[in-house]
This record gives sequence, C-alpha cells and structure tokens, in this order.
Amino acid sequence: MDFRFTEEIESLRSIVRKFIREEVEPYAMEIEENDKIPEHIIEKSKELGLFGLSIPEEYGGLGLDMVGKCGVFEELGKTHNGYTTLIGAHNGIGTVGIVELGNEYQKQKYLPKMASGEWIGAYALTEPSAGSNAANLKTTAVRKGDKYIINGSKHFITNAIDAHVFTVMAVTDPSKGPKGITSFIVEKDFPGFIIGNVEKKMGLRGSHSAELFFENLEVPVENVLGEEGEGYVNALKILANGRAGLAARNLGSAEKLLELSLEYTSEREQFGKPIIEIQAVQHMLAEMSIQIETLRSLVYRVAWMTDQKMRIVKEAAIAKYYGSEVYNKVADLAVQIHGGMGYVQDYPIERYYRDARITKIYEGTSEIQKNIIASELKRQLNRNKVHS
Amino acid sequence: MNIYVLLKRTFDTEERITISGGRINEDGAEFIINPYDEYAVEEAIQVRDEHGGEVTVVTVGGEDAEKQLRTALAMGADKAVLINIEDDLDVTDQYTTAKIIATYLGDKEPDLILAGNVAIDNGTGQVGPRVADLLGIPYITTITDLKIDGDKVTVVKDVEGDEETIETTLPLLVTAQQGLNEPRYPSLPGIMKAKKKPLDELELDDLDLDEDDVEAKTKTIEVFLPPAKSAGKVLEGELDDQVKELVSLLHNEAKVI
Repeated sequence: MDFRFTEEIESLRSIVRKFIREEVEPYAMEIEENDKIPEHIIEKSKELGLFGLSIPEEYGGLGLDMVGKCGVFEELGKTHNGYTTLIGAHNGIGTVGIVELGNEYQKQKYLPKMASGEWIGAYALTEPSAGSNAANLKTTAVRKGDKYIINGSKHFITNAIDAHVFTVMAVTDPSKGPKGITSFIVEKDFPGFIIGNVEKKMGLRGSHSAELFFENLEVPVENVLGEEGEGYVNALKILANGRAGLAARNLGSAEKLLELSLEYTSEREQFGKPIIEIQAVQHMLAEMSIQIETLRSLVYRVAWMTDQKMRIVKEAAIAKYYGSEVYNKVADLAVQIHGGMGYVQDYPIERYYRDARITKIYEGTSEIQKNIIASELKRQLNRNKVHS
Repeated sequence: MNIYVLLKRTFDTEERITISGGRINEDGAEFIINPYDEYAVEEAIQVRDEHGGEVTVVTVGGEDAEKQLRTALAMGADKAVLINIEDDLDVTDQYTTAKIIATYLGDKEPDLILAGNVAIDNGTGQVGPRVADLLGIPYITTITDLKIDGDKVTVVKDVEGDEETIETTLPLLVTAQQGLNEPRYPSLPGIMKAKKKPLDELELDDLDLDEDDVEAKTKTIEVFLPPAKSAGKVLEGELDDQVKELVSLLHNEAKVI
C-alpha cells in the first residue's frame, strides 16, 4: 500500500495550488459580487491546461487517471466554488461521456477543442419531471433521414450559458421505458437549440445553470453517443464517474474551511486569550479534522478502485454522500467558530456555507445515493446466496 | 545559443521560518524555485524561442531539488542538471556553490548565463557574479530588460529604482530583477512532458573536485530570528505637545535624528 501521489501528480497539485492562490483566490469576492468569473481567470485556466484533465493525451488533454484527477479537484475545491464547478463539471460530466463512450469521429471532432477549453462541456439530463426519477424523461428524439429531431426541455443545466457541447438524453422509443433513452452530442449552434432563463441560485455564483429548450432541434445521426437505447445506462455511467470527483472537490473546500478556521481562532481573542485555547473551540476544530481525514481516505480509495477498473457503484455513492455531508457539517462548524464574522459577506465563510448546500442535491441527491448503496448491498447479498 | 540558468530551491514565500538546534527548521516546509530565478528561467525560454538554441537549468543541492528542476523543465527548459552534494558536503557557502557551478560550466562554452538577482533565503546575491568572475566573462546584475542582436547585447539595469542602459557582448552573465518579465506557470501538459526531458545528476567526483577545493570560506556563528515586533505607541494630548514628544522620542529613544 502506498498513500503518496506520484511525483508528477504532486507537481500538478503544487502548480494548481499556486495558480489558485495567485490567480483565482484574489478575485473570489469579485466573482461573488458580479456573479461572473473574470475572463482573465478563464483564459489563464485554459493556458494552464485545466480544461483537459480527463481527456486523453492523444486528443490534447492530460489523460489523468482518477487518482490524479481527484488530486487536482481537491486543490480546485479550495477556492470559489462557482469557479470550481465550471472546471469540475466540464472535466466531469461535461466531457466524460465523449471520452468513455464516443467513437473515433466524435473524439476527433470534439475532444481537442474541449481539452483546450475553446469548447466547454455540459450535461443535460434533468427535466422538470425527471429529477431523481431520471428515467421519467419527456424530451423526445425522432429519426428523420440522417437527422434526429429533438423536442422538449431541460432545466438546472450547469454551465449552460458557457458551454458549447452538451451531452443530451432524450427518449427515442417511449414503449421501452429506460431502455428507450438515447444520448446525443448537441452543439449550441444546432438549429432549434434555445437557452432559457438563468436560474437565480442560493450560491455557486459565477457558475450559471439554465433551462434549455429544444424546438425541432436537428442533430445529425453521427452525433448519437453510444448506441440507441443505451442513453439511460450511459447517463448513470457518466454520473458515477463524476461522484468521486465531486467528493474530491468537497474535500478541498472542507480543508479550506479548516485552514481559515485555524487562522481565525489563533488570532481572535476572547477572555484574554486566542479562542483556539478554548476547549469547546478545539473540539470543533478536531471534529472538522476527523471528518476531513475520513473523507480523504474514502475519496482516494474510490479513485484508486476506479483506476483498477473495479466495481465502484457502492463506494462512489458513499463518497458522494459522505463528501457532501462532511462539507456541510464542516461549513456549519466554520460559521459557528467565526461567530458574526461567519455570517457576514465580508468574509468567505458564509459563501462556502451556501455553496455547500447544493452538493447534497446535485449529481444525485443524498437520498438517491443511499438508494444506490442499499441496492448494491442487496445485490451483494443475492450473489452471496447464489454462491453459498 | 547555449543558454544556462542557475537555479536555487528555496523556502516558499508563504512559509513561517522557525529555528531548532541552531538551524532553520525544514520539516514539513514547502519549497519553490527562488522567485528571482523564475524570472531567469522565463527570460531564458524567451531568448531561446527568439534566437534558437537550448536552455539548461543547473542547481547545486540535494535530491529534493529535482522537483524544482522538473518545474523549470515543465515551464519549457530543455535540460536540467543536478549537482548533488548532499553526501559530500555539510557546510557550504556562496564560494562553494560558485566554484562548483563554474567548474561545471568550464568546458560548456555558454553564450548566456542567467541567474536570479538574489535568493530569497540567504539574500547574498553573490553566486551569479562569482561564477562570471571565475569564468572570466562580463556580468550585469539586477537587469529589467535584455535585447540580443547578434553578438551585441543591450541590457537595462535597475539602479536603486533608476535605470541604466548598458551595451555589451556575449558571452555574458546577467542576474534578473523583478520586472524583467512575468514568469509563466508551467502548463499541466508541460508537467506531464517534463518527466521525459533529460535530468542529469552529477557529484563532485564527476567534476574532478575534492571537498577541499570547494570548502566554505565563511563560518556561520549563530542563526536567530529578528526580535518580535513590540506594540506601537499612540501619542495623546494637545497637538503641539504631541509633536514635541515625538521629536524627543525620535532623538532619545529611537535615536534616528
């Protein structure tokens, strides 16, 4: 067993850490105020290569394995989560479908421009009537000659405003239920593609989620991702891959909150001494640290298992669930430790507190993760019965 | 063009310095390329991209310095050389480092050598000029601009906030001042490729040097931290009295006037 990163991944992490510290963190307040990530940050992130983390080297990316990708995501979690989400969703659910399921033509056409950041990726599954019940899609795709005609709508689509390439799920055969769903690669310039209202959110400012409307949207046949009818399975595969990555981002954010809390408690004085000397405060810091370290173990074990091509359905769901819980609990403790300073917007704590909340909802709610965990437990039980 | 960069691994500027057992405590500290050396690496890459040739980064140190050399390779340098002295030498100074580097460069026929103006740890600014002196080539310190036209070199040098423009010829050693350029971040794909670039490791033996040849010329008597800052003094009362008190304090207590 070896719990160290390779030298290369260590180098990547230290450069990303430096980049975040010097080029992103100083603008965190500005992102929050303007609900916009400054163009210079995006441009520099492209130059650095942050948009190609999961894209193979032959298509211009870094081709990181899951451990490497989580290592970078952890560092990205230590700054404004709107920025983290833009990069994270692109490298996760935005590109993974094409990387894992795309054919050579699709990879050649899309991946190099996505690796450079010229084309940002997004993932469009959720609909007003299909949230946790993801198979209940109403968007339809009907084949006409060498095209599919897609009609329907999506909502809460992360990166919708900034993205060029969308992985869209639509029903091609309503009689087959989940097996009648197909995934498509859709470009925003395709005729009939309309971006709707941008959602006004509680947090994650700078990252924009919006509605999408498809009005006789024309998608060429060669843009079917994987096989027709495999869209639902594809959707779940893409989401599963994203889970460990999201947990790694949450790990980074929780670490940042502990770091800020340690700084604050060693400077803030009450009763004639820094409050870090007060046992009630120490216990809160210790609680944060315990949760962070247990999350770290989970994240990198799942990442390692992913790289070994092991089945990770249960472990990834546990990591997604636990990562979100930890981030929320740590954020809550950080607010408590900072007192009034944790509640005002001059200080970043309340921002993390708001940004943490979505992690229990998006990319599969905490409750859905528990469903997945339980169904895997049942599956293991049945297998054991067969073998005994 | 044959370009060399002298690079030093130093404490991260964010690190808090602590002392234990008469030495600066390195446990758990983050290390970086000396920031002034980063300007030198950046300038070297720019000169190479404009005039062709090869950039080699050289450091004297231990195994740990490989990381900073790899970072320079990831920025775009072509080759790296680590002169590893950790098994041979316990005590070193600027003489030691300069002598080793100059010996290494002796048969390399460098056209241009770049170094940082100072290292942010010991801050002596000696190694660059000493190397030039040992090699018998001209040097210019604290440069903020560098233009090369054939053999002719035009350099702008920072002189305590003023500027001096100097013309000279190659071969030349320069040391970089803040403002020379904006060092690039090593790109992430660059880091992945840096692993495949050559990094040679040499020891004193490989340079035909004995420990005696490079023995430090200085001795460290004591290492200590600056005294802790005491709280400031706020004067009160009538303005006229405050001014009088201030003048008296500057005279008698601070002894600055």
